[in-house]
Amino acid sequence: MASGIRLENLRKSFGATDVIKGIDMAIEPGEFVVLVGPSGCGKSTLLNLIAGLETVTSGNVLIGGRNVNKVPPRDRDIAMVFQSYALYPTRTVRANITFGMETRRVPKDAQESALAEFAKLLQIDHLLDRKPGQLSGGQRQRVAMGRALVRQPAVFLFDEPLSNLDAKLRIEMRTEIKKLHQRLGKTVVYVTHDQIEAMTLATRIAVMDNGHIRQFADPATIYENPVDLFVAGFMGSPPMNMIPGRLFHENGQVFVLPRSARERIRFPLDGPAGQGEGLADGREVMLGLRPETIFAAGAKLPGPHRFLFEAPVEVVEPTGPDTMLVFQIGGQDLIARVRPEDTATPGATFRFEVDMGKAKLFDAGTGMAL
Amino acid sequence: MRARRTDGIVRPSGPGAIALRVLLFTLLGLFCLYYLFPLFVMVSTSLKSLAEIREGSFLALPRAISFEAWAKAWGSACVGVRCDGLQPYFVNSVMMAVPAVLLSTLLGALNGYALTKWRFRGADIIFALMLFGAFIPFQVVLLPMARTLGELGLAGTVPGLILVHTVYGLAFTTLFFRNFFIGVSDGIVNAAKVDGAGFFGIFFRIVLPMSLPAIVVTVIWQFTQIWNDFLFGVSFTVGDSNPVTVALNNVVNTSTGVKEYNVDMAAAIIAGLPTLLVYVVAGAYFVRGLSAGAIKG
Repeated sequence: MASGIRLENLRKSFGATDVIKGIDMAIEPGEFVVLVGPSGCGKSTLLNLIAGLETVTSGNVLIGGRNVNKVPPRDRDIAMVFQSYALYPTRTVRANITFGMETRRVPKDAQESALAEFAKLLQIDHLLDRKPGQLSGGQRQRVAMGRALVRQPAVFLFDEPLSNLDAKLRIEMRTEIKKLHQRLGKTVVYVTHDQIEAMTLATRIAVMDNGHIRQFADPATIYENPVDLFVAGFMGSPPMNMIPGRLFHENGQVFVLPRSARERIRFPLDGPAGQGEGLADGREVMLGLRPETIFAAGAKLPGPHRFLFEAPVEVVEPTGPDTMLVFQIGGQDLIARVRPEDTATPGATFRFEVDMGKAKLFDAGTGMAL
Repeated sequence: MRARRTDGIVRPSGPGAIALRVLLFTLLGLFCLYYLFPLFVMVSTSLKSLAEIREGSFLALPRAISFEAWAKAWGSACVGVRCDGLQPYFVNSVMMAVPAVLLSTLLGALNGYALTKWRFRGADIIFALMLFGAFIPFQVVLLPMARTLGELGLAGTVPGLILVHTVYGLAFTTLFFRNFFIGVSDGIVNAAKVDGAGFFGIFFRIVLPMSLPAIVVTVIWQFTQIWNDFLFGVSFTVGDSNPVTVALNNVVNTSTGVKEYNVDMAAAIIAGLPTLLVYVVAGAYFVRGLSAGAIKG
């Protein structure tokens, strides 16, 4: 059975330092929620508050409708996977996995059958008599997951479980975690600083910064409609291009004039970004253009809201499936994502096409989306 | 395996380097002799007869090896008025040292665990105060401790000495374990909490089995301290409850009769053997445990 989680005006301070600054959040049963944010934003602390490994300073944590502020971790019906795996080094894999059932006095035969089921599911059934020290990183990760899964709790908490794995294994385990969630349907709260993990795994993402949740929404919304500059800049790799500039109107059309641009380029806001309110002449704004919305002229089927401009290419970075072109507007580095066959040479002028229909507009002062 | 460890060392060559190496090994050899010589004299003297000791040089090897002095030291040498050798006092020392070592090690481990893994307000102050205990000279506490033992009815008994050694060992054992546990990931303790274990469950089933290197270091340290202690032994025990160190003193410093150097030497070796044995058995762990503490602490 999966339980929902509710956080009500949750705060946590360590001495004079406020780490969690009033968080309200409702997580539905069976959801996969990813807490994402830069180091020190409070995401691990928030997870520890849900787990009961830290005490709340004020506010409430409810799991399955029950206030668990004063309930120790063992009685919260949760399981947790730690970044360092935190396997018990002196116990075998078998004893690691069954420890939680031993302490709860689960009958031996029930322990055995649960162990057998999940060891098979995680493909660690041949490792049961080894010690954690004799396992590879990926195997340790699986054992740590097995230890959490085997108790079949209502909520799973993951604290950056993949960040100690190498890149290839990380992608593999990511897929497995998603499969496991689809299969078991338990509520998951997952902490990571990796925005790709967040995008791929989550049913909803909470982007955190400095003890606050900036935006809590499904991955597509987070990516396509970030509420502010922070969310826009954090999600996406390479990050969204941010061009500081000023608004002006001409012939009923809104334009962004990049600040200090000698290139005399002005971006027409003819897509949804130009429909907002308060787009007064002279307003200082940030124009956000994702790298994949800037491509080589003529490379994609023509559509509405296309805008062409030329700029000298500074750096060419092939990644395989795409090539990143770094160029400058107004003295600021911007990145375009072009196809590998769009050959460009550093120093030469390149003809770019940008899909202004996907452009984002933010207030330069508050950073909020317009 | 062991021989190959030196394979990868790049050494300078040439006459200068060789001369330096010869000098180095000569010096090392001399130091070895300097340290081993007293042991040699003790062992060889203990195997000689009294007549041979009087006639020959103390550097010479025994002409005929005799274990009489050893037998006498163990079973029939006179300690004060009692002539049963060191044996009963050796037993006293074992009865005193083993419980005192185990108790102080266990309590030190518990302290270190609580101070690092169940942080509470004032933990650092408590640790600093306990550390202070490691620097108190033992002479200072003799009188208050004697009074305490008297109040408890433990004056002049082996259990009284166990209590004294346990209390004064705690500062060191707590320090050792605290420094070891500070390097143990909090994640393991958190995982065990989520898994449903409590304070003692985590201690006995997860943390204590992990701390074998720290246990070995602490046991060796405590055993050496407690077994070799003379001051507390001579202050807090009387006659039949004396530990072996006090008895050895009484054998050697007797002012009556002929000075039996062979018996004295054998008695001194007997009194020192257990600590040597502990080093040999657990020595490999000792070095490993010390360095582990140093890196992690």
